[in-house]
Amino acid sequence: MNFSFSKRAPKVLMGVIALGAAATLVGIMGDHTDHHQRTWASLLVNAFFFLGITLGALFFYSLQNATETAWSVLVKRVFEGIMGFLPIGAIAMIVVLAAGSLGLHHIYHWMDTKLYDPSDPEHYDAIIAGKEAFLNQRFFWVRTIAYLATFILFARWFRSKSLEMDRMSGDTLVRTHLLVYRRSALFLVFFAVFSSILAWDWLMSIDAHWFSTLYGWYAFSGMWVSAMISGVILVLYLKRKGYLPQVNNSHIQDMGKWVFAISFLWSYLYFSQFMLIWYSNIPEEVTYFQTRINEHPGLMWGTFFINFAVPMVLLMSRDAKRNPRFLIGVGSVIFVGHWLDVNMMVMPGALGHHFHGIGLLEIGMFVTFLGAFIYTVLNTLTKAPLTPVNHPYLEESVHHQI
Amino acid sequence: MANKVIYAVYEDPEQLKEGARKLVSNGIKVKDTWSPFPIHGIDPIIGVKRTRLAIVAFMFGITGTCLALLGIWYMNIFDWPMNIGGKPSQALYKNLPAFIPVTFEFTVLCAAHGMSITYLIRNNTLPGMPARNPDPRSTDDKFIIEVRTADNHGHSAEAITGLLRTTPVFEINERQY
Repeated sequence: MNFSFSKRAPKVLMGVIALGAAATLVGIMGDHTDHHQRTWASLLVNAFFFLGITLGALFFYSLQNATETAWSVLVKRVFEGIMGFLPIGAIAMIVVLAAGSLGLHHIYHWMDTKLYDPSDPEHYDAIIAGKEAFLNQRFFWVRTIAYLATFILFARWFRSKSLEMDRMSGDTLVRTHLLVYRRSALFLVFFAVFSSILAWDWLMSIDAHWFSTLYGWYAFSGMWVSAMISGVILVLYLKRKGYLPQVNNSHIQDMGKWVFAISFLWSYLYFSQFMLIWYSNIPEEVTYFQTRINEHPGLMWGTFFINFAVPMVLLMSRDAKRNPRFLIGVGSVIFVGHWLDVNMMVMPGALGHHFHGIGLLEIGMFVTFLGAFIYTVLNTLTKAPLTPVNHPYLEESVHHQI
Repeated sequence: MANKVIYAVYEDPEQLKEGARKLVSNGIKVKDTWSPFPIHGIDPIIGVKRTRLAIVAFMFGITGTCLALLGIWYMNIFDWPMNIGGKPSQALYKNLPAFIPVTFEFTVLCAAHGMSITYLIRNNTLPGMPARNPDPRSTDDKFIIEVRTADNHGHSAEAITGLLRTTPVFEINERQY
């Protein structure tokens, strides 16, 4: 059975997008930073956050294939749906990066060529110039295009094979399944490298003087947990609308477990990065947290509290992970928490002293993206049966019980 | 009339589940089942209460957290404050990040050891404890349902065995106790 929009859903979503866009416009008019830096930074936050969700979904999807996991077969179409937003997220990301390259904003300070010229002592920056082999525009664009092209190609290939498998049976089905299994493993190899480096390129290079070797994993775990929350909320929404009748409590609990577990992964990585930098207290490293702790303590600690304590306390028990309303509520809170976390990564570096916390502009942009994201995902879900018709592990997934 | 305990021996977990379902649907209480491995889905059939192990695990964990913090506070803040890396130890909360790894490890240590010991005690498998299973074959290839007449006053032992015979049972043993 395919998903179809209820009469109200598109209107509500369009209303959400319009409301968000209106708020964004009002926010942009109130944005008096140079080059509308705040608007661009906000666009970067949302482009990265929502692109990150699709990448997290793509990663989880290939992880399930590569480990030949049976229980998640019933919900694989939901993750394919989330992957439907990947091209749009990629375009938004390219827009922000291209604007930086063209000098429309100065979020990426290192893109300024004057920094690399020793004959210009006023602008020359020895630290950034020392990173020129990696941080130069040509190589930066080669990498960016390589990541996005790889992700989109794999996502499209997975989707087309998944749809083809619906019409297969017997040996061809098993052969295709094994091919998907091998390609997923291959994708994970690419993703392991790219997920880390793209976080350096798109986020860490905002604070070009600073570096953290854990940053890539930290950004990746944030993407992953946001993707798991999107997945579980979507499954619960579809179930409530009467779709996915075979998805039972055990599937829901397992997805809740993923949200719980990856929240811990995120907390672990966040804390590992923070604790080492805080403890060693080396000036060139500690600046990153000094800005954040001194100027935005509420946002800094609040984000960690929401993303660590809330899932730990509220999602620990078995009943909590089986209660749809509760799961949606807690999931939404953590979802916003991870959006705040991306703000925390981008804003203090991109705006410096001009960042005064989350305002109408940031919220408007978030709501616009959220509306477009949900619409695109649901629209992708209308295009294929919500439950895969054929899969070697479908039967096992239907009888999943824990 | 002496109380009797009836052991219905099956050769297959699915057959055991079938037998258990039949007994329960006739209002007979199943005392326990014995099997070489956990039987998936038997708990709701014979009405096993939800395990409290998760709560115990949480208690062990939180005990570990508290003990670790108490120990660190006593050693590094109260008894012998040390200035490490330019971080004067005046209060626990100011140095908390540095103490988290130890606290975390001790939480895991207490939870893991506590649960291992709890497991051994609950299963009566601490070293030297006598085995409780009624039939050694239940550790190999047989699956056994235990029914006690004392739990089922409305049913005679004959009625229960008669009912069991309608299921694919391998053998039925009765014992006085």
